[in-house]
Amino acid sequence: MDKLLEIKDLQVTFKTYAATVQAVRGVNLTVNKRETLAIVGESGSGKSVTSKAIMGLIPNPPGKITGGEILFEGTDLTKLSERKMQKYRGNEISMIFQDPMTSLNPTMTIGKQIAEGLRKHQGLSKSEARKRAVQLLDLVGIPNPQVRVKQYPHEFSGGMRQRVVIAIALACNPKLLIADEPTTALDVTIQAQILDLMKDLQAKMDTAIILITHDLGVVANMAHRVAVMYGGKIVETGTVDEIFYRPKHPYTWGLLSSMPKLHTRQSELLAIPGTPPDLANPPKGCPFAARCPHAMKVCTEFMPDYSDVSDTQQVACWLQDERAPKVEPPETIGVGGRTR
Amino acid sequence: MTTQKNERQKYVEVNNLKKHFKVGRNAYLRAVDDVSFYIYKGETFGLVGESGCGKSTTGRTIIRLYDATAGEVLIDGVNVHAKKSRAELKDLNKKVQMIFQDPYASLNPRMTVKDIIAEGIDVHNIAKSKKERDERVYHLLETVGLNREHANRYPHEFSGGQRQRIGIARALAVDPEFIICDEPISALDVSIQAQVVNLLEKLQKERGLTYLFIAHDLSMVKHISDRVGVMYLGKMTEVAESDELYDNPLHPYTQALLSAIPVPDPDYERTRERIILEGDVPSPVNPPSGCRFRTRCPFATEVCAQVTPRWTEQRKDHWVACHLYDDEYKGNFNR
Amino acid sequence: MSVVNDNITLDMFQPAQISADESDRISAPSIGFWKDAWLRLRKNKAAVVGLFFIVLIVIMAIVAPMLSKYGIDDQDVVNRQNLYPRIPGLEWLGFDGKDSTGMDTYELNGVKQNFWFGTDELGRDIWVRVWAGTRISLIIALIASIGDCLIGVAYGGISAYYGGLVDNVMQRVIEILAGIPNLVLIILFILWLGGGMTSIILALIISGWIGMARIVRGQVLKLKNQEFVLASRTLGSSDQRIIWKHLIPNVLGQIIITLMFTIPGAIFFEAFLSFIGLGIPAPAASLGSLNQAGFENLQIYPYMALFPALILSILMISFNLLADGLRDAFDPRMRK
Repeated sequence: MDKLLEIKDLQVTFKTYAATVQAVRGVNLTVNKRETLAIVGESGSGKSVTSKAIMGLIPNPPGKITGGEILFEGTDLTKLSERKMQKYRGNEISMIFQDPMTSLNPTMTIGKQIAEGLRKHQGLSKSEARKRAVQLLDLVGIPNPQVRVKQYPHEFSGGMRQRVVIAIALACNPKLLIADEPTTALDVTIQAQILDLMKDLQAKMDTAIILITHDLGVVANMAHRVAVMYGGKIVETGTVDEIFYRPKHPYTWGLLSSMPKLHTRQSELLAIPGTPPDLANPPKGCPFAARCPHAMKVCTEFMPDYSDVSDTQQVACWLQDERAPKVEPPETIGVGGRTR
Repeated sequence: MTTQKNERQKYVEVNNLKKHFKVGRNAYLRAVDDVSFYIYKGETFGLVGESGCGKSTTGRTIIRLYDATAGEVLIDGVNVHAKKSRAELKDLNKKVQMIFQDPYASLNPRMTVKDIIAEGIDVHNIAKSKKERDERVYHLLETVGLNREHANRYPHEFSGGQRQRIGIARALAVDPEFIICDEPISALDVSIQAQVVNLLEKLQKERGLTYLFIAHDLSMVKHISDRVGVMYLGKMTEVAESDELYDNPLHPYTQALLSAIPVPDPDYERTRERIILEGDVPSPVNPPSGCRFRTRCPFATEVCAQVTPRWTEQRKDHWVACHLYDDEYKGNFNR
Repeated sequence: MSVVNDNITLDMFQPAQISADESDRISAPSIGFWKDAWLRLRKNKAAVVGLFFIVLIVIMAIVAPMLSKYGIDDQDVVNRQNLYPRIPGLEWLGFDGKDSTGMDTYELNGVKQNFWFGTDELGRDIWVRVWAGTRISLIIALIASIGDCLIGVAYGGISAYYGGLVDNVMQRVIEILAGIPNLVLIILFILWLGGGMTSIILALIISGWIGMARIVRGQVLKLKNQEFVLASRTLGSSDQRIIWKHLIPNVLGQIIITLMFTIPGAIFFEAFLSFIGLGIPAPAASLGSLNQAGFENLQIYPYMALFPALILSILMISFNLLADGLRDAFDPRMRK
């Protein structure tokens, strides 16, 4: 496997007038070429901040990358000047945001918006860029691309807009596409269309995707590997099968248990009690300790190291220590939604 | 959750309800267009559909936040939209309550949690003294899993899940019988959604509440509901008991909706066949003639454009509006 | 991140009883909206400086005229006409009582005492006149702004809250009023009522409330469909309760900000009216009439224009700085 992106001990903080929020507290990640890595976690777990850090889009102030490296094909993106970063952004790495309504400029035609990146990064002429824009619209499944290319965003529906956003993101054949909750604002039937489109395009264009989402169904559908984030840290990573069928971290268990299963009937959902930690005042030990049913004294005091469960699965949990009691994952994690 | 089949009493009846909004000269947005259903006492009725299908408008019209354009809503035998005296209105307001979607917009940012929860107590003069008011608020806070130290804080100090629990406590303050839950979990994280759903189920058991649960997340609706109604573009397309609906969906739209939900099971996702609907939902200002779903329906024929499907009971307690199951038009489809 | 293993003993691997409620606890101290806004305002240096100058000028406007033994109309054309300002300790800045030719005006007239801001052509103490004028300007601005505020909030609030036809009619009325140039309106008004404080205040209000009404209307329109207002309606709250408990407290921040921007506007407009001769009749003074007097003598006695102009400018800048600071402090988008 070729490493495309490697994040080492990334730390991001945000200063508000009241406190300093440690949004990302030492994240290590790798993304290989052509794979889809899903980052899951609840709001405030640091998943979106991590992705913005890769794009160099952390607003400063109040935000700041306070430590770590982001190596993209060996180049540390955190050390690049804004000018050099612009060469990567939209060209080598591009991003799709959650809300297709606000990520398009309402005063520019769709064609111009797609052509913008092409002319800037690939130096295409006006007519070449226009031609390519039509091709791209066709590629993302927009009917009548010759006509649509001259239209404005308000003439498109929500699902069509997200297709346009994807076309813009893929215009320069990026090596890495970051999709931040790409389907959250869309309806289920449209979501299915967009997920299919993204998988299809990935196969055609050999792009690696970082998929940020809280929807485990979307993860199961799209991802090859999964990183579970909690409290600004990655608590577990593994292949999608490992995370869904052989999870090791109690938070992953809780996450899977709290999903209702479509094909079985349960009397009660297993909720994770409590509230995520306040990252303005992060806990000393494991961030999940306060909500963990298996918490031990050591958990509140020390952050566990990562231990290898397999070549591809790592987990940060004291339960992996040989001194810890043996705990079996609860049955409620089920096998996703299937009837067994 | 399970209700006795033999003595089921219809608590809410919605008959031919219409709600149209004027959007321009002679242009009306038909948010809810001739919708009928009923809710049994003590059950949870789930209402699902995509954005803009009119499910929230239905909920808000039932509770009289909007006046109905046509049709009637009976709650416990009382016609909601008929003219009422102040006392009758207050009585209705105590019986029917609502929980809202956005935990950030549903609490007044300038009021303390205590005053927010006590609003119903104040409006209906339930507490006789300040002490009784406080006691009631503390009790409500504990009922929803918060504690009395939270009473003097402001909404912005709470997380989304905690705010939603405050919203539930506010609704419970007047001891309602029927609660309309308007997408109460859509804005919450997965682990917090389960907390809120469990709380709602616990309250239902303890207090015998009747719920109308509006959501777009079908898996959660299936979990919490006894019966489910599916809406599309202002029309009810199908109503059935939740297991029946998920096991034997009749309407092509319900089938597509169910097949579109991504399931958290990688093996299943790799092998499943989806029905992917083409195109987008048409505008409710200018809906298609005949069956509203025909523009996206894989089975649509000419008759679907000409005749509005009838609302028929195909099996016991399983209603659907589709020509595919109508004896008169069945022959038009080669299926 | 790796931990020295010596600190981790075997007994630490016993299950710990951690109540889930623990994570529900909120550690930060409770901060209400107003306190929060004040904390944020305090961090804004410009706003604090603005606030400081406003307070200083208000105090001076109340106290300063008492510090001189002269009243605002104590004339003495013989002994102390056109004395240059003399401030002990600030002679090096030019406040030494000497005119442009270097003659000491005090010595010429045989005056012993100091006139800090000098005297005018009628021998009146400018110090007293400037501060008394500031006082009148501030009173006019304050009353006019509060009047704007009352009418504007009521009008905008009613228009937005009841909506529909009410809103439609009320907005057309506003549009017609806004269509008439307010200077024409004000001048006609003053000609009709005659000069004086009351007519200036009324004239300022008659055109000033429209801005406030529009802002309040916009805010109420936005708020009245918020879910917390709907929740209150489903609980059976009366209109009155919704307006006073839910709408007004949430618009209050905006009202205060708008008020802070209208006050300097009113001060300036009053000054402008006085300057064109429609203001406070003599012998009373306002910042506008003093500026006008100073302007007439600008080439001969420049100090006469200096002080009223200086205070007018500081006042306007300070109010604008404070209003800007308040806007940032109240802005919910800045909230964590």
